[in-house]
Amino acid sequence: MKLTCDQATTICDKSQYNEASFFEKLKLSLHLFLCKKCGKYAKQNSIMTQCYNRKRINDCSKNQCLCDEEKKIMEKNLYKKL
Amino acid sequence: MSSKNRILNPDKWVSLHADYLYNYTISRVNNHDLAKDLVQETFFAALKSMDNFQGKASERTWLISILKRKIIDYYRKINSAKGKAEVSMNFYTDGENEGDWIEERAPTDWNAEIEKSIENEELSKTLENCINQLPEKYAIVFRMKTIQQFDTEDICKELEITASNLWVIIHRARTQLRKCMEENWFKK
Repeated sequence: MKLTCDQATTICDKSQYNEASFFEKLKLSLHLFLCKKCGKYAKQNSIMTQCYNRKRINDCSKNQCLCDEEKKIMEKNLYKKL
Repeated sequence: MSSKNRILNPDKWVSLHADYLYNYTISRVNNHDLAKDLVQETFFAALKSMDNFQGKASERTWLISILKRKIIDYYRKINSAKGKAEVSMNFYTDGENEGDWIEERAPTDWNAEIEKSIENEELSKTLENCINQLPEKYAIVFRMKTIQQFDTEDICKELEITASNLWVIIHRARTQLRKCMEENWFKK
């Protein structure tokens, strides 16, 4: 039943993706009740998740692609092998 | 299956599929030059194995299956002994303190006002820098799970890793990123 801080924070990370099991969450709550450092980690972890979400939205609006020049080179390389 | 489905048009591959393959790759490796190279290699490999194309799948699906192999090979390579870069330790790994926080890596209080600044564009840039400092295998898995939001199962299948393996990687990446953001953002 007892978790180390390493295990507790692993479950804490997993729960940020809603993928921790009920039993895992139970063990985590118990650990967080007793451990200040992991408590702080858990609190900051949800702030980090918000940062990641923000970044995800920013990234999605950036459109990365191959430019025509690069495609031409790619095509040329391919033709050499045809 | 009609016979025309079995015909491949390598001279049209770049114009028809390069963008699609590139987008597929960039969402996984997040590096323009690397993604470009993987796409080029995929076309070369496809050319070599054209005889194996049975026309059961579309040309694009077939190319993607080759590309997937290339991405796994790449992931394996960076995960092999030679390319094994590790994140800093945050917890003791042996002795009586095993699993406890290493004191100087443990979370400390953040500046409460900065906590509210998540909308800030600078924050995303700082975060990007922190992610780029992760060893590549951590960055790839972290991005796929957190930024691209792939299912755990799909990532495991694509990279041929186990779920518990994935969570260890995610955990180490996030612990490292927390520390990096603490130093570069939340404490400033």
